[in-house]
Amino acid sequence: MKETDIKFLEDSFKKYYFEHFDLISVPERTSEREFGYQKFNSGMIRHISIKNDKELHLLFMQNIPSDVYCSNAYYTFPNLPMNEKDWKEADLIFDIDAKDLNLSCRENHTVSICNECNEVSKNSEHCLKCNSIKIEKKSLPCKNCIDSSKTEVSKLSEVLIDDLAIAKENIYVYFSGNEGFHVYVYDSQFQQIGSRERSELTDYIMFNASIPETFGMKRFKPNRSSFPDFNEKGWRGRFSKHVFCSKSKRSKIISELIVNGYPAFQKTIDDVAEKIGVKIDPNVTMDIHRIFRLPGSINSKSGLTKIRCKNLTEFDPYIKASFLSDDSVEVFANCPIEFCLKNKKFGPYTNEKVTIPIFAAVYMICKKLATIA
Amino acid sequence: MLELGQDEIAKYPFLADAGQYLKDKGFTLEQFGTDPDLKQLVDKAFDRIQVAANGKIYKSDLVEAQVSKEAALPREVFSFLLAIVLLKLSGMHTLIKRFSLAEARRAEKYLEKDLANISDESKKELAIRVIDDLFSVQVEKLDDYFVIPVSDYLKHSINFHEREWKLINRHVENGQVFLTPHETVRLIRKELGTYINSKIINAKTPAMISGFEDSVNKLVSLSKKFVTFTVTTGEYPPCIKHVIEVLEKGENLPHSGRFMLASFLLSKGQSVEQIAPLFKNAPDYNERVTLYQLNHLAGISGSGTKYTCPSCEKLKTQDLCFAIPECDNIINPLQFGKKRK
Repeated sequence: MKETDIKFLEDSFKKYYFEHFDLISVPERTSEREFGYQKFNSGMIRHISIKNDKELHLLFMQNIPSDVYCSNAYYTFPNLPMNEKDWKEADLIFDIDAKDLNLSCRENHTVSICNECNEVSKNSEHCLKCNSIKIEKKSLPCKNCIDSSKTEVSKLSEVLIDDLAIAKENIYVYFSGNEGFHVYVYDSQFQQIGSRERSELTDYIMFNASIPETFGMKRFKPNRSSFPDFNEKGWRGRFSKHVFCSKSKRSKIISELIVNGYPAFQKTIDDVAEKIGVKIDPNVTMDIHRIFRLPGSINSKSGLTKIRCKNLTEFDPYIKASFLSDDSVEVFANCPIEFCLKNKKFGPYTNEKVTIPIFAAVYMICKKLATIA
Repeated sequence: MLELGQDEIAKYPFLADAGQYLKDKGFTLEQFGTDPDLKQLVDKAFDRIQVAANGKIYKSDLVEAQVSKEAALPREVFSFLLAIVLLKLSGMHTLIKRFSLAEARRAEKYLEKDLANISDESKKELAIRVIDDLFSVQVEKLDDYFVIPVSDYLKHSINFHEREWKLINRHVENGQVFLTPHETVRLIRKELGTYINSKIINAKTPAMISGFEDSVNKLVSLSKKFVTFTVTTGEYPPCIKHVIEVLEKGENLPHSGRFMLASFLLSKGQSVEQIAPLFKNAPDYNERVTLYQLNHLAGISGSGTKYTCPSCEKLKTQDLCFAIPECDNIINPLQFGKKRK
């Protein structure tokens, strides 16, 4: 990234942080957490320990970080190297990202930026100008991306509450600042489980690796009475609602399933998994030493803030998570996709000089689709 | 420590304090080597080990009708304790391992019976307490099932490779997993074996006892039967071949695939410098990052943990498994092509 762009982003971020310390506070049990941050064009600095809000705000003002992170894990010595930290426990965290949902709309709002010649082309596996395969994809998520992510959050909450007995008030949903949501679960029975156990838990939530027997189908002499009832709890219940559609069709569909046989049933399960399984990023949940973007901080991939969504249905990140200045700035924009921020439409721009509000300029510069003029 | 009745010690002899038990019964180990009546028990102990070594479960005299017989119960406990003495004297770890596993499976049968036996409240309680005391699993009875918290279930089920043990294939409700008595006990089999194994390993080895030499020598030669040699074909498993192909074509390989490839090759003894060039074709290749990550996996930098190749089951859920008949029920790609001779 160019020096002028970095300077501009730093100034904009600094202004936000200075004016919005109310949005940024240390998490509970602060002194047991590991903090970390990144500066523009630079690597990660982590293994930091922080005592209170004052120290945290000082970190923001002194370093003007591009991104700030905090562990979901609790350690005795958070500032020591990883193997000396003495891991105690970790909150459960789930990451739902629009890019993992196989949405058909992605094609329309993803661009490929060539790392060699900087050409911006429509979504492609190689640069349309120099044919290089060293490309970086950037997406400007649309309303469908956000709505689909929200649906996954709701599906996740249902499994957490109904199957895993997690109290609703212990589930916190945050907009990640870019393309999805982070779901935090506090004070659950899972605080102390390790990485392999968390990986198993993700397979459960995602509906991975289930077998026909679980849903009553056997290889030999399947028994009608072992198939799930419409009102059953857990995955058997969700499976039957999805496959049988209504109570009255249950009997007929079971007959069909039995006739089709065991291998076909496995196929049915795999198809159903794709639809009703919750699409979380399994690697995030199973990592018990990760540091996560700090709520209230800006995501440098977009310039939007990671913010808690108390009312998920009504939440619109392009209004609620954009906190940067409305002042104008002049940029060179090469952004082939239209986007909407704070209820204003921008783009598409083809290699042109435009004067736009800072919040929109930051968004495009973060996506590498504009530079300061 | 659990308070145990005589018949309970016979079923779960590993719960007893061996030295104390002998003392309470008024015996010393030496007597077993010399007294002709007691010496039979040493032979019985040898049998118990031999049966275990052959992968079978020792059939005890504890048939329901005989439980009341005063003499049968201590004999049962003695043969277990003497078996441990013989194993310690022989020093054969393969036999100790096999013995622990077989004894665990024997105890498992009794635990299962006790759990299912709801007419007798005290028996049910003992089984539940054994499971809680030894393995910190809180079992509760709910109608025809036993329920345990999902988190407890996961701590044990991750040791299984069969899909039926995956949480998704279990009845889960309200934060709990529903299990039959059989499944409840099966869940802790491995830990039960480990528990018995560690008790034996940590027991003191006595000096050779006169009258025990024969049995000990027979154990040493018995253990030679179980020494195995393995040969490897050296061919890569299909999952590894697949990711190498993807990289050669210059296509994007997900992080999980890169992790598998690198950890596999590191385990096979390749160096970071040998592996790094494989990733050169990746669209987002960055030499500095690749070397950093490889050094991390190799345990050269970072926490010092050496990462090992993920299991076949894990790779299946990551869509990285392309099993062929030659995979032949292996549970980790590293086992591919290994044959026992």
